[in-house]
Amino acid sequence: MAVAVGRPSNEELRNLSLSGHVGFDSLPDQLVNKSTSQGFCFNILCVGETGIGKSTLMDTLFNTKFESDPATHNEPGVRLKARSYELQESNVRLKLTIVDTVGFGDQINKDDSYKPIVEYIDAQFEAYLQEELKIKRSLFNYHDTRVHACLYFIAPTGHSLKSLDLVTMKKLDSKVNIIPIIAKADTIAKNELHKFKSKIMSELVSNGVQIYQFPTDEETVAEINATMSVHLPFSVVGSTEEVKIGNKMAKARQYPWGVVQVENENHCDFVKLREMLIRVNMEDLREQTHSRHYELYRRCKLEEMGFKDTDPDSKPFSLQETYEAKRNEFLGELQKKEEEMRQMFVMRVKEKEAELKEAEKELHEKFDLLKRTHQEEKKKVEDKKKELEEEVNNFQKKKAAAQLLQSQAQQSGAQQTKKDKDKKKDSEIAVTLPVRTK
Amino acid sequence: MRTQWSPSAAPVTPLSPLHPDDRHPCALGPMDPLRWSPSPCTSRPPSPRTPPCEMLGHVGIEAVLEQLKIKAMKMGFEFNIMVVGQSGLGKSTMVNTLFKSKMWKSTLPGLGVPMPQTLQLQSVTHIIEENGVKLKLTVTDTPGFGDQINNDKCWDPILGYINGQYERYLQEEILITRQRHIPDTRVHCCVYFVPPTGHCLRPLDIEFLQRLCRTVNVVPVIARADSLTIEEREAFRRRIQHDLRAHCIEVYPQKCFDEDINDRILNSKIRDRIPFAVVGADQEHLVNGRCVLGRKTKWGIIEVENMAHCEFPLLRDLLIRSHLQDLKDITHNVHYENYRVFRLNQSHALPRGPGWVNLAPAPADLTATPGPWKVRWQAHDSSDEEC
Repeated sequence: MAVAVGRPSNEELRNLSLSGHVGFDSLPDQLVNKSTSQGFCFNILCVGETGIGKSTLMDTLFNTKFESDPATHNEPGVRLKARSYELQESNVRLKLTIVDTVGFGDQINKDDSYKPIVEYIDAQFEAYLQEELKIKRSLFNYHDTRVHACLYFIAPTGHSLKSLDLVTMKKLDSKVNIIPIIAKADTIAKNELHKFKSKIMSELVSNGVQIYQFPTDEETVAEINATMSVHLPFSVVGSTEEVKIGNKMAKARQYPWGVVQVENENHCDFVKLREMLIRVNMEDLREQTHSRHYELYRRCKLEEMGFKDTDPDSKPFSLQETYEAKRNEFLGELQKKEEEMRQMFVMRVKEKEAELKEAEKELHEKFDLLKRTHQEEKKKVEDKKKELEEEVNNFQKKKAAAQLLQSQAQQSGAQQTKKDKDKKKDSEIAVTLPVRTK
Repeated sequence: MRTQWSPSAAPVTPLSPLHPDDRHPCALGPMDPLRWSPSPCTSRPPSPRTPPCEMLGHVGIEAVLEQLKIKAMKMGFEFNIMVVGQSGLGKSTMVNTLFKSKMWKSTLPGLGVPMPQTLQLQSVTHIIEENGVKLKLTVTDTPGFGDQINNDKCWDPILGYINGQYERYLQEEILITRQRHIPDTRVHCCVYFVPPTGHCLRPLDIEFLQRLCRTVNVVPVIARADSLTIEEREAFRRRIQHDLRAHCIEVYPQKCFDEDINDRILNSKIRDRIPFAVVGADQEHLVNGRCVLGRKTKWGIIEVENMAHCEFPLLRDLLIRSHLQDLKDITHNVHYENYRVFRLNQSHALPRGPGWVNLAPAPADLTATPGPWKVRWQAHDSSDEEC
């Protein structure tokens, strides 16, 4: 049966006017309801030296106390500690994962500090890729652990970025959305702060570090994003303690010389950070991670494995061909290995055989030797036996002769007694002699 | 959680409570018992690794909903609907009525256009906008379906088309360098028009529905319901529901995909009224001073949007106002995944290891259905609803 599908090309799509209310304007609401029931995932990676205020800032940002103890400075290397929390606000459920770099900047030799971080980010991408490549997969159910935002904590030296910072940020910028922030900003005076910020930004630009750009293509958020971008990197102060200011309690840090209010825009940029990170751009951060960073990782990974979309002649590569080629290669290798193993096996068998033959030969020789010895012994014994028999015969003969003489002597009477005695003596001697020579 | 679905007006007659599900052996063999896991976080209790945290003040997380909405509206929505039924059942008129615009000119029979000798699928795409929400709507019609003398395998081209759309999407998805937003041409909903015989489902209907239910969301409707009285409608509906159950045909909204108790209650109400008895009309008439869409006959004007006359508002609400996103989700998460599993298994994929699979060339005959739903979900609340 012929199937002809008349389908206009994209350019011919006409806008149709509706003559009444159809009702699909509820679509965004339907979509949002679906997402609400599924819940959201958001993962933040905090990179910064020990003691720079990462945990405190997280507590302040999300208005809650995440259980954690402060890290020591004795870590042998950088390791990443991830913790997940479930937050709920009105009907929105957020699964928040905060990843901490423990031991960053503590070692004497910091050459490899960035490696565990990059490995962690790649591992999350890899997990997602593996899930996506599965045959039976459940992506909608998948707990997304890919890092959506990386807050890079810059130490408030007042001068410029450290070389460790530059190197780390350069390694991370193609893998994750980096938002640089100046930590413990209450140690910098206002005039120094401005210089510090511009120095940092120019250093980032001159080194080609691509930090996260707040999106300005959307009319609703373009304006606010543009104004906020000017203040990058945000200088923040974190505090979970409340101090009475005026007649209300506010989060602040109390010093002998004054009180630094966290949520006061004149004091620090904390409010701006919260706006940008959570209230305005959370969804964009997630989307950038998925559509840009993850796609890049996926493309690199698949290309690494040897898969291509088109071959050098820019014909779409039949994926079947690549598959066949790879398969043959694989099978060829298998065969080669099999051959090797077979040969080795044959060789071993031969060796063993030779050994066994040797042993057998030895055994035979031994047996022969023993047999010969045994025969010799036997012969000797027989000779001795013959000798003994001969002697016994001699003795019997002599005994018979002696008895004969004795009987003759008795017949001859007493005359013969001396002769008998002599003869007896002789015969005794003759009798005893053979006994002795036995 | 679905948005509240309420019929535009009270139902006409009090309906007798539906008898409990009879389990009938399925004609085509037992289907896997399916359960859909409730949406990921609804009933999953916070594990020790993800302790719930009390927030002491307002953080502003709920602004993410607004952000989501803005992004969605900027990107626009897509919806693909297919109407299947014999000619003359009012499919084109129905589409025009649903979307209140002239999708295409409804063909009047006998006016020069010859009946197509073979089944041909025709698609037309429009962009419609309402209150800032842009919707790219694609309607696929199937003229010639069931019109021949021998209708054997008339569902093949339709299945082929549906699977072809899945194939297209799959090809896009497995590319190395892929687009940011893959254009979605998969059929999200198939409206099946049952002729108003008043008796029961015909063998053609049953065959078609059995095959299609496994590949796409099917919503059956009783077409041209103005030829049935209210009592006849109810009787017809009951018989059709009985037939559907007898043949293990799961139409949309499928029982196995109910997420939680609210959904089940909501969808049970819908399932009770499926198939809707609808009348389509794209001409306006004056009734009691109001301008309404309706069909004018000698014995009265049948108002399309009057719940006392026909159940068109129910269909419209289901398809557009409350369950559109759900239709798309089920197509993407269930039907498309099944197709993907089927195709990847066909390619004798290497198990995970050397890496990614390359598809065997798509079979020329794409009418092979993946078979019973192969996707298994675990339910947290073990409801014993089985298909």
